[in-house]
Amino acid sequence: MHIMEGYLPWEWCLVWFLAAVPFLFFGARKIIKIVRDNPEQKMTVALSGAFMFLLSSLKLPSVTGSSSHPTGTGLSTVLYGIACTSFLAAIVLIFQTLLLAHGGLTTLGANIVSMGIFGPACGFAVWHLLRSMRLSIPISMFSAAMSANILTYVMTSLQLALAYHDIGFLTAFSEFLAVFALTQIPLAIIEGMIFAMFAMYLVNNKPEIFGGAAGINAAGGREKC
Amino acid sequence: MLMKKNHKYLYSAGFAVIALLIVCTLALGAGNNSEFGGSDDAGGEVIDKVSDDFGGPWWNGIFGDYELPEETESMLFALQAAAGAMIIGFFIGYVYHGKRDRKFGKHSEPEEKEE
Repeated sequence: MHIMEGYLPWEWCLVWFLAAVPFLFFGARKIIKIVRDNPEQKMTVALSGAFMFLLSSLKLPSVTGSSSHPTGTGLSTVLYGIACTSFLAAIVLIFQTLLLAHGGLTTLGANIVSMGIFGPACGFAVWHLLRSMRLSIPISMFSAAMSANILTYVMTSLQLALAYHDIGFLTAFSEFLAVFALTQIPLAIIEGMIFAMFAMYLVNNKPEIFGGAAGINAAGGREKC
Repeated sequence: MLMKKNHKYLYSAGFAVIALLIVCTLALGAGNNSEFGGSDDAGGEVIDKVSDDFGGPWWNGIFGDYELPEETESMLFALQAAAGAMIIGFFIGYVYHGKRDRKFGKHSEPEEKEE
């Protein structure tokens, strides 16, 4: 889903960079604070980053003839919130840009906004909504990861449509959406299932991980699924 | 609420559905003669379509036009996946070990013979 190097006019590159910087700043600060205050959380932070690493490297060809990959931001947005996710996503994106020629340095800001901020923010909202409706952790996790994935791609389409809309903004937006978001639906379901299964595993084996997660107390603390 | 015993089957069912979905999308993609291109490239084509004066990317990145050979690129992707999977595997092992220690005490493993 990453916008390629040089494919975004520099004005927009600047706009998205400026939008991403505050999130990155607070994310970095929050992660340093978490690791310093609760060293036992270090591994969970690494874990949520690891999911991003693993899933965003799995490129699959997909329905519309293009290919894309899951984003893997579901776990970290649920456990640590949007700012931390943006920081972890930035690490993944920089890795992919420098080593894999996937994404780009100039479009890094835009990619962080879509994969690290907008998508996870939607996943975060979905998680809160479903948890406040007292749905179980795996189901909420499934929906959160799935919506984080799809909306990442919707945001990418929006970013491209904002930059290139000579044939009308809505037409351009739907063109981009057809390539990016449609491809993404089966992948989003797969990603949702992976996260739901992992959430199930965590609930059964290490439920205290979700203790710090926002929205957990709404449904009454510990539970089995 | 499900019984603990059933979780094994739930995991297997989950993996089966995931495998099925992957095969289906792959088959569909093959049916449409799609190339394994990456939606990045498809995005470039759409930009061409919706924009009148798109003159191609204005910067080619620090590596310029140089593209890694395909094998190297997929190797690096695999490396990235491996790094992620390693940490996840470590975490699962850690949880497993912690659980066992809590259950049986720290030094109750049959392998540990030194006393």
